[in-house]
Amino acid sequence: MSADTERGVRHRPIRCLIAKVGLDGHDRGAHVITRAFRDAGFEVVYSGLHRAPEEVVQAAVQEDVDVLGLSILSGAHNTLVPAVIEGLQSYDAFEDTLLIVGGIIPEDDRDRLREMGVAAVFGPGTPMEETVEFVRENAPRRRT
Amino acid sequence: MTSDDEGDGGVKPAVTARNERLVESLLAGEHRALARVITRIENRAPGCRDLVSRLYEHSGTATVLGITGSPGAGKSTLVDKLAAAYRDRGDTVGVIAVDPSSPYSGGAVLGDRIRMASTVGDMDVFVRSMSTRGQLGGLSTATADAITALDAFGKDVVIVETVGAGQSEVDIVRTADTVAVLVQPGSGDDVQMLKAGILEIGDVFVVNKADTEGVDRTVAELREMIERRAESPRQHGNTRSAADEPWQPPVVETVATSGTGIDELLDALDEHAAYLDRTDAGDRRAVDRIADEIRQLVRSDANELLAAEIDRSGGIESLARRVRDRETDPYTVADEIVEPLRECLDSLQNEPPNE
Repeated sequence: MSADTERGVRHRPIRCLIAKVGLDGHDRGAHVITRAFRDAGFEVVYSGLHRAPEEVVQAAVQEDVDVLGLSILSGAHNTLVPAVIEGLQSYDAFEDTLLIVGGIIPEDDRDRLREMGVAAVFGPGTPMEETVEFVRENAPRRRT
Repeated sequence: MTSDDEGDGGVKPAVTARNERLVESLLAGEHRALARVITRIENRAPGCRDLVSRLYEHSGTATVLGITGSPGAGKSTLVDKLAAAYRDRGDTVGVIAVDPSSPYSGGAVLGDRIRMASTVGDMDVFVRSMSTRGQLGGLSTATADAITALDAFGKDVVIVETVGAGQSEVDIVRTADTVAVLVQPGSGDDVQMLKAGILEIGDVFVVNKADTEGVDRTVAELREMIERRAESPRQHGNTRSAADEPWQPPVVETVATSGTGIDELLDALDEHAAYLDRTDAGDRRAVDRIADEIRQLVRSDANELLAAEIDRSGGIESLARRVRDRETDPYTVADEIVEPLRECLDSLQNEPPNE
């Protein structure tokens, strides 16, 4: 019997980092998803624009997020995503982070991203509920 | 989730073993372990008390700085520049940025990181965003414990940043050794706001955005208020300071976006730290703070015991219904619930202490 079990306190919202990685300045999508996640009851850390992969990794590790959402509209996903994955691996944080990518990703590249370990790719026009639902179902139920 | 943490002495061996591993990794300097420890602290996860107890003996060396001010005053930007300045001095830095969560969805956007641009790529600045999660009161415990974790990790400076809007925020910054209150120039409304309890907790006042209009007036108003506070002997600022050498909070002007005035602010913060060392003010403040912490923990433990007692009496809903139906009154109900506890304590008092 202790404060640890206090009612209403021990509930952990899903923690997400929404990150704009690379040099494209299109952050409308990232903003919309950030707000949708907040309204779904998630805690969302937003990175701001123009982050380098190592900055995104730093934030993901320090914030100890369950979900990392990368927004990329520059076409550089084939370079940026592997860099982020490598960074996460170097902190032993890749296995239990749900990595999702949103933005403009050509169909041919999606499979390659998935093979690398991206859980899902959400293109333009994806209904918000679909993304929220996906995160709810797949956010790693790590640690007790 | 089941109640697998039974408090002191009753923690499951698996939890204890995991805590041991986590603490070991944290002390070895693994950032991931530090992040996980803070997560467990924030969630009040099973065994989190045991975890903090283990960390406590390794803490106590960090300088803890509280930064508060109204929304948009430039706290995050200032914290960013301060962190960079401490890094230039060779200090390692931890930052805890507290943001409110939505009372409707429970979700939160933690945006303070956007402003933390000067120190990205530098893992020796560890920034952690925390949301209030509607846990009034409990948050100050979680924040204090997160500070302990950063301290034990070896951070030289820990900065806690929060919107100075209410009692829980005031409680949070009170866990700091030195509190800086941020004000932006303008209509004077901000200075008005300070009357509501924030003025008393400031050790250093910062007028940010000092390149905009109305700076001189805001600074003058602040100085006047600080002087008035020094005159009235029952103010908290005086009771906390050494009697013969009361602390006079300085007012520093900064432009956080350009870094102007950051050095002066650093000097003012150092001066206050030196003052705490030189007089008995630092010691007294620490004792006050720890006393608050203990009270908070005891209160939450007692609440827990009483919540169980309420359940045994049929649950709060049915008790309320009985009062609603005029069968009894709230005072009688409260007495009935507390009675068993009171009896236990009375019987203990009548026994000789078993030492």
